[in-house]
Amino acid sequence: MTGPSTPATAAQPRPPERAPDDDEGQAMTFPHLLVREVVAGLALCILLVWVSVLFDAPLEEIANPDKTPNPAKAPWYFLGLQELLHYYPPVISGVFMPLLVVVLLAIIPYFDMNHLRAPMWRGDRRTTAGRAWLAILVLTALLLFTGAHPVWPLIIPLWLTGLGASAGAVRWESAAFRWLGARSVAFWAFTWFLLCSVALTVVGVWFRGPGWSFTLPWVDGVF
Amino acid sequence: MKTLAERIADSPLWKSIIRHGYPDTNKNRSLLVFSNLFLHIHPVKVRARAIAFWRTLYLGGLSAALFWVLTLTGLLLMFYYRPAVPQAYQDMKDLEFVVTPGMFLRNMHRWAAHAMVAFVFVHMAVTFYRGAYRHPREFNWVIGVGLLVGTLLLSYTGYLLPWDQLAYWAVTVGSNMAEATPLWGDQIKLLLLGGRSIDEPTLIRFYVLHCVGLPLVVVVGIALHIWRIRKDGGLHLPPRERAP
Repeated sequence: MTGPSTPATAAQPRPPERAPDDDEGQAMTFPHLLVREVVAGLALCILLVWVSVLFDAPLEEIANPDKTPNPAKAPWYFLGLQELLHYYPPVISGVFMPLLVVVLLAIIPYFDMNHLRAPMWRGDRRTTAGRAWLAILVLTALLLFTGAHPVWPLIIPLWLTGLGASAGAVRWESAAFRWLGARSVAFWAFTWFLLCSVALTVVGVWFRGPGWSFTLPWVDGVF
Repeated sequence: MKTLAERIADSPLWKSIIRHGYPDTNKNRSLLVFSNLFLHIHPVKVRARAIAFWRTLYLGGLSAALFWVLTLTGLLLMFYYRPAVPQAYQDMKDLEFVVTPGMFLRNMHRWAAHAMVAFVFVHMAVTFYRGAYRHPREFNWVIGVGLLVGTLLLSYTGYLLPWDQLAYWAVTVGSNMAEATPLWGDQIKLLLLGGRSIDEPTLIRFYVLHCVGLPLVVVVGIALHIWRIRKDGGLHLPPRERAP
């Protein structure tokens, strides 16, 4: 907003300047933000009180080292990892994979930023598609043959992610396809991670029974 | 004729504590935020778009709220809990049958803990899909990943404390994984358990980490995380379409 000014106009009182990018609506933290925080927090507390009145926390019999339950399950947020134990030795599934995931998550924002912002299909589409599906095939082969069993909770999300990413290459005049085509490689990598976490956890929580055998919750119940 | 509220607000005692006037002007509303140790973690003004519910689903703030619920209920539970074998388990029974709001406290602590893990995870996903991890907020994302790990460790250490079968064997699964670490597996397991197997020394270790060590780290992490939103230029917002 700094237009050319002559000494004569500079001496006169000017209307207050506004930063060019800062002209959008502002709200005072008090009351607007703080009231929202208090209301959201209280709503959450009310919900928690109701849940706590209606549902009791589980308590089994006293810990007994001589009586191993079958299956022995970790808390639900670690059942994804425990499900991985079914496929890989503990050093891979219990140590390296979680470490790798945490490190990869932490470095996402530092990983070749411009590359991350660019849509996956901006360059030559044939090359991109070739590379992407080569990567997917190699990963699928790895996941099929390196584990004690084919790691379906990772492979199926991988294919779904690949299909979703590839849809972006199709020049179909629809808003959904254009949206998919504008996603970055990081978007698809994170989506794969998210789908894998959900798939592993769901299988671990509802589809595993004695001896970590595959069970159906509506037939065999939940263990 | 002054109202009681005015009398209180005009009293020397009140003025010695609250140094600004009634927050009905923007100046006093600003002072309310930045002259308060706790509130000045926020900026004085925020962009109106940033505080809309659908922008963030308030998941970060609600995760922090859950942390405070857990701190309060956890503190009250500590009055009735001894980290010893078999007293820990007996105290669970006492909470259920002897302590008047005992079961309610334990329920609230348990469900809030599960909710916190879920909220923190979904908060991370929303932050990612909004693109809010990018420059200049890279480091705040890293702190966030640290807080996710901290949340999981808090949950994991707390899981052992009831000393029932569920607790014992869940922690067994976890400690066997830690044992698989190459080179230092045995030492790590020994450090974690305070012995060769899960027993009273493990319970004390997990108790101290759960009630003191990890909450200290996480509360500092939460403070940094929220403060850095302000320092990194406020909440990430997509560029606004310019009015014609």
